Amino acid sequence: MNITKNTEAERLNFWERMYLPEIARGLGLTFRQMFKPSFVRQYPEEKWEPTGSYRGRPVLVAEGNDERCVACGLCARVCPALAIQVQASETLDLSKERFPVLFEINMLRCIYCGFCEEVCPEEAIIMSKDYELVFKSQKEAILGKEQLRVPVEQLQDRLEFLRQYR
Amino acid sequence: MPNIYIDGKKVEAKDGQTIIEAAFQNGINIPHFCWHPELSVSGNCRMCLVEVGMPKKFADGSIERDENGHFVVGYFPKLQIACSTQISDNMHVKTVSENAVKAQESVSEFILINHPLDCPICDEAGQCKLQEYAFNHSRGESRFEETKNHNVKRVSWGPNVIFDGERCITCSRCIRFSNEVANQEVLTFAQRGDKVTIQLFEGTQLDNPYSMNVIDICPVGALTSKDFRFKSRVWDMSFNESICNSCGKGCNIKVGVRNNEVLRIEPRPNHYVNNHWMCDYGRLNPIDKINEKRVLSPMVKVNGKLSDTTWDNAISTAIEKLKKFKPSEVMFVGSAFATNEDNYLYSKFVKTVFKSHNLDSFVYINESFADKKLRVSDKTPNSTGMKEIYGNTNTHGVEISLLKEKIDHHNIKAIYIIDDNFASKTDFIPYLDKLELVIVHSSNHNAVTDRAHIVFALSNFAENEGTITNINKRVQHFAPALTTKENLRFMGMKMSRLDKFGANNDRWTNHDTRDTKAIWSVIQKIANSFNANWSFSSVKDVFEDLTHHIESFKGMTYNSLKEYQGLVLGKGTNPDKKVKNYESHYMKP
Ligand code: SF4
Ligand code: SF4
Ligand code: SF4
Ligand code: SF4
Ligand code: FES
Repeated sequence: MNITKNTEAERLNFWERMYLPEIARGLGLTFRQMFKPSFVRQYPEEKWEPTGSYRGRPVLVAEGNDERCVACGLCARVCPALAIQVQASETLDLSKERFPVLFEINMLRCIYCGFCEEVCPEEAIIMSKDYELVFKSQKEAILGKEQLRVPVEQLQDRLEFLRQYR
Repeated sequence: MPNIYIDGKKVEAKDGQTIIEAAFQNGINIPHFCWHPELSVSGNCRMCLVEVGMPKKFADGSIERDENGHFVVGYFPKLQIACSTQISDNMHVKTVSENAVKAQESVSEFILINHPLDCPICDEAGQCKLQEYAFNHSRGESRFEETKNHNVKRVSWGPNVIFDGERCITCSRCIRFSNEVANQEVLTFAQRGDKVTIQLFEGTQLDNPYSMNVIDICPVGALTSKDFRFKSRVWDMSFNESICNSCGKGCNIKVGVRNNEVLRIEPRPNHYVNNHWMCDYGRLNPIDKINEKRVLSPMVKVNGKLSDTTWDNAISTAIEKLKKFKPSEVMFVGSAFATNEDNYLYSKFVKTVFKSHNLDSFVYINESFADKKLRVSDKTPNSTGMKEIYGNTNTHGVEISLLKEKIDHHNIKAIYIIDDNFASKTDFIPYLDKLELVIVHSSNHNAVTDRAHIVFALSNFAENEGTITNINKRVQHFAPALTTKENLRFMGMKMSRLDKFGANNDRWTNHDTRDTKAIWSVIQKIANSFNANWSFSSVKDVFEDLTHHIESFKGMTYNSLKEYQGLVLGKGTNPDKKVKNYESHYMKP
C-alpha cells in the first residue's frame, strides 16, 4: 500500500522546500564553531586521566611482593564473560592459607563490567584507569599475574571511590 | 505400621524409626548436621529441632477428638530433636512451624558464632552443608560482635586427611565413622564449651584404608583431602557417574573433572554395593593413571621403532598382519579390566569370525588387598562378567607355563591383547619379544606397549561408556567423564561451565583431547574386514546384542541399569527394590 497522505513533501513549508536557505543555516553553524575555543584532545600525545569512577582494565592490587588475592575464584565465577582463570595453591603462612599461582584475564573476553571488583572479598581485584589496550595476537591478550599486578599506591583514587560509593 | 503426621501430612513409618528417618523416607527433609543414616545417633548439633505432640487422651485411655473428629494434639512445651526421638503411633510433628523455625534459626546462629567467615578460602564452599543452611535456615545476619575463637589449623590427621579446627562444628560424624565403619578408634572430642575440638589420641593417625570418607561426610570444610586441597573450586568441575575400577567390588563413584583432567573421585551411594563409602586406594590410585603416561594416538612399529600413525593405517596394518596367521597360531588375551561389551564383541570376533580357540585372560588376585568391608582380592573390575561372556569356568586364567611352551615351540606366533599390562606377571613379558606379532589395546605406556608392533590407543574407564559386572554379579553402567575425539559428542555427559562456554583462545579449554578409542569399535572394524558385517553404531547396540545372546544378561537395558543402579546377572527383569539414597551435601547444579 502506498502512502499518499501526510508525506514528507506535504509537511514541508515553502521555504523549507526551497532547500537553499537551510544550507545557508547549516553553514552558518559551522562558521560560528570556528571562532569558539576548541576542545579536541591531541591524543595520544595528550592523555586523558580518568577519575576514580572510571572502569578501565581490571588489575590485581599488589602490596609489596604479595598480592591481596586469596585465589577464592569468586571473580572467575561471577565474571559474565568467563574472562578470568584462577588456580589456587597453599601458602606457607597460615593466616592467608592460599594464593593464586596462576591468575589470568583474557582481555578479549572482558566487558569491563566491574563484577569481579564487586564480588571480591579482599578488595584484591579492582578496575584501573588503564584504557589503552592494544594486542597483536589473541595470546597476547591473555594477561598473566605479572601484567595484572599494580602496586596499591597507584590505585588510591579507585580505592577511595569504592570506599565512598560502594 | 504406625502412622505419624508431619506438618499435617499423614506418613507411614516403621516401628523403631526416629522422626528424621521417617521424614527422610517420605521425602521430607529436616535440617540436620550430625545425623547420618549409616552412623549411630549422637544428637549433638541440635539443628533438627521440631515440635512434637501426641493426641490427648481421656482417663480411660480413649483418644480425645474435636467436633470434626480430628485429634486434639497436645504439643510438648519443649522442642525435640528429630534425629533421636522415636516415633509412636499418631505422633504429630511440626518441622516448619513458627517455633521450630525459630529454634532452627537460633541453632544456626549459635553454630555460626565461632565459625570463621572463611567461605572464600574454604575448599568446601559450593557444596557445604553449613553454607546451605546459612541460606535456608538462618536469620541471615549475626548478632555476635565479640571476637571469634581461634583454633588449630592445617593439622595433618594421617596420610590423606587434613583438619581445620576453626571450621569444625563438632558434629562428631568423623569420630563415629572411624569408630563404627572403619573400626579405627583414634578420634575423640577434647576440651569443653566453646573450646571443644576433635583430636587424635596421642601417637595415633587416621590411616585406615577408608579414612577419606570422613572428608565427604564432614558437613563443613574442616576436613580436606591432601591430594585435592585447593586444586579446584567445585563449581568449575563436572561430576559424572561412574564405577570404580580398582577392584572387583565396583563401588559407585563420581568422577570430578576440570579442563578434561580428573581431579577427584568420590563415592556415590548405592545401597547394594558400597553404601556411602569407598576406599582411599580407589580414590587416589586411578587419577595418575588416567591423566599421565597416556598413549595418545595409535602407533605402529616401523623399523623397530613405534611411531604415531592414523587410526586407518593402524587398523589396516593389524588386519593385514593378522591375516598371515592361522587361527591356532594367534593367542587372544581377553581382559577383566575391559567392559562386558568389549569382551563380548572380542569373544564374538575370536570365536565366530577368526575361528580360534585361543581365548583366555590373565587373573589378578591380591589377597592382601582384601578386607571384610569393601575391598576384595580380585583386582580386576569385571572378571565375573568376562567369565560369563566367555563361558569359561576356570578360575586361574591363562596357563602361563603352557603358553610359554607354545611360544617356544612356535605353536603360538602372534598375540592380541586387550587392556592388560601383565603388571604382576613380569616373567611373561620377555616372551612377547619372541613373537612375530604383538597387538595391544592400551591406555598407558608400559612394558607391553614397548614390545608391541601395533598399539591401539585405548580410552580408559573415565572416557568410556559401558557396563561391568562386579564380584557379586551386579551389572552396573558407567558413563564417560572425559571427552576424547571419539566421544566428543556423547549425549547426556555432564559438563562444567568452562567446558560449555570455552572458545579457542581460552587457555583453560586448550586441554588435549586424546585420540583414543574403545575396544569394541576397533574390533568391529577388524571383524568387518573378515566379512563379519557388523553394524553396531554405539556401545548401547553392542549391549543389546549381548543381552540377546548371553542368557544371564537377558532383559537388561542401559535405562534399567541406570534406574535400578545395577541389575544382578540372571535377574534382568527382576530388579532389587529401589532404595532412597541419602546424600548429605553435594554440589548443586
Ligand atoms: S570486569 Fe567484568 S568481564 Fe571483566 S574480568 Fe571483571 S567480571 Fe569479567
Ligand atoms: S575474588 Fe578477589 S580474592 Fe578471589 S580470586 Fe578474585 S581477585 Fe582473588
Ligand atoms: S565450612 Fe562452609 S560455611 Fe564454613 S567457611 Fe567453609 S564453606 Fe564457609
Ligand atoms: S571435623 Fe567435620 S565431621 Fe568431624 S566433628 Fe568437625 S565438623 Fe564434624
Ligand atoms: S541432627 Fe539431630 S542433633 Fe544433630
